[in-house]
Amino acid sequence: MDEKEKLFNSGILTGERKGAIKPPKELWETKKNGLVVIECPQRIPCNPCHTSCPTGAVKPFEDINDQPQIDYEKCTGCARCVAVCPGLACFVIDLTWGAEDKALIKLAYEMLPTPEEGQVVDCLNRFGEPVAKGKVVKITEPMKDKTLVVHVEIPKDLVMDIRAIRVV
Amino acid sequence: MRETEVLVVGGGPAGLSAAIEAASFGAKVTLMDSDLALGGQLIKQTHKFFGSKNERAGTRGFKIAEELFKELKEREENIETFTNCTVTGYYKEDGVVSCVKGEDEYFHVKPKKIVMATGAQERIIPFPNNHLPGVYGAGAVQTLMNVYGVVPGERVLMVGAGNIGLIVSYQLMQAGVKVVGIVEAMNKIGGYWVHAAKVRRLGVPIYLRHTVKEAIGDRFVEGAVIQEIDEKFQPTGNEKKLDVDIICLAVGLTPTCELLWQAGCKMSFVPQLCGYVAQRDKNMRTSHPDIWVAGDAAGIEEASSAMVEGRIAGLGVVKALGYGAPEEIQGRLEEYHMRLADLRGGEVGAKIREGIALCSVESWEV
Ligand SMILES: Cc1cc2nc3c(=O)[nH]c(=O)nc-3n(C[C@H](O)[C@H](O)[C@H](O)COP(=O)(O)OP(=O)(O)OC[C@H]3O[C@@H](n4cnc5c(N)ncnc54)[C@H](O)[C@@H]3O)c2cc1C
Ligand code: SF4
Ligand code: SF4
Repeated sequence: MDEKEKLFNSGILTGERKGAIKPPKELWETKKNGLVVIECPQRIPCNPCHTSCPTGAVKPFEDINDQPQIDYEKCTGCARCVAVCPGLACFVIDLTWGAEDKALIKLAYEMLPTPEEGQVVDCLNRFGEPVAKGKVVKITEPMKDKTLVVHVEIPKDLVMDIRAIRVV
Repeated sequence: MRETEVLVVGGGPAGLSAAIEAASFGAKVTLMDSDLALGGQLIKQTHKFFGSKNERAGTRGFKIAEELFKELKEREENIETFTNCTVTGYYKEDGVVSCVKGEDEYFHVKPKKIVMATGAQERIIPFPNNHLPGVYGAGAVQTLMNVYGVVPGERVLMVGAGNIGLIVSYQLMQAGVKVVGIVEAMNKIGGYWVHAAKVRRLGVPIYLRHTVKEAIGDRFVEGAVIQEIDEKFQPTGNEKKLDVDIICLAVGLTPTCELLWQAGCKMSFVPQLCGYVAQRDKNMRTSHPDIWVAGDAAGIEEASSAMVEGRIAGLGVVKALGYGAPEEIQGRLEEYHMRLADLRGGEVGAKIREGIALCSVESWEV
């Protein structure tokens, strides 16, 4: 087994896979409010990303075990899926946000302490290594179930690296 | 002697569902659980469940328990509940069940029918010093944290990267405990990939093809040595010492079936269901005409399926007792069987389907 496969087998995404693909570049760069990025590459019996999506952007599952597939044209970046996904596998990334070299990531947060709007936090990659500082722009609790959706301004060149935050 | 129509042993999702279903047709039910509170495993599941909307996916486990408690309350005129009450024996000769409430209140019950929904027990693995305080089962750690609000320690080594190991690791972090690492004997995590990704991105290493070699410490755990193993599970010589005060074992569960053995139910060893389980017909009746089984006690699976199995067993019991209109019972049974088939569809359910095929009988009538 090669190193990449070994990493993947321990829970690190290595390259695109079914259920874990990047949105199409052109649409992504112009879509205000962002597009969903889902990282759910394994067939598991789960579908709330589809059943909770208000626009039908997460396509209907033929079989509940399917990996999610996305119709990006329909995604409004509302982040409802981010809030409901039990695997914390949904993110929204807005490339139109802020200055030229910035982007906005909306991610689920279930740890303590809770960040505050305006606070600067550590941005972690898929290994949990801090790779940048990010500013918390907004915090919501869409389902009123303690899962927060945190909007963080991050460097644009790290949008495919940053997947978590640590409040410091 | 106390008598009852239906005794349900175990108040987890399976037992609660069985009691609710049987009581909804008017049967008089006695529900017993050895724990101080009802709910079984559910009350410690603070994470959101998988599955479909029907099975309440996206809802946290303890919320599902609250919904079941509500249903139980609606039927309270037909359900008598005992907590802190352990069923300790079944006497084959006369069908009497012995129970202990609290420390020393010993009594007997004679039920017409019994549903065994006793859940599962955690496995442990042998390694030097595994008797030291600080070596816990993952279930115990979860109970401490999520039921009693007590953190077990400061730095944890998790053994096993199945769903329980991964989820409990995440919950430990939520409680502010540092998870120093997760070791997994296979070359791949056993739980859902998304659960692994979730702990990885918070900085927890997962050591594949590793196991715990020994616990270090004199009176309690002061560290652990982990070692790499090869495909044949033999040590390669690569070792690493970790500074931990807790070693948490999440190496699997096995069905709790002592009472089923005592009752003389026909048992089968089914690896896919993680141990010995009672043979059962489609409606969860064992070879003993008065005993049904449901949930993890019938094979390690999920709360979602445990709830449906419990409902099926409850219906099997009322049918045998002669309650309800046969067509209505049949209709409900068909619906539940369909839900079970859905839950067990696909790759993830393949192992369970195989296992169930190995211990199912078409019918006990000859
Ligand atoms: C960390 C973790 C995460 C999980 N995540 C999920 C998930 O996301 N989705 C999902 O569907 N499932 C999940 N599960 C599995 C689920 O919790 C179990 O499958 C389910 O609880 C089984 O239900 P049960 O009623 O059969 O057993 P239990 O919930 O174990 O209940 C059995 C009850 O019986 C009682 N009992 C046992 N023996 C006796 C006796 N002799 N007398 C009286 N009472 C007795 C026990 O005290 C206990 O309360 C998870 C489990 C764990 C540990
Ligand atoms: S962000 Fe909103 S619209 Fe886009 S996939 Fe998620 S739920 Fe659907
Ligand atoms: S809800 Fe999350 S874990 Fe479930 S299928 Fe969708 S993306 Fe995967």
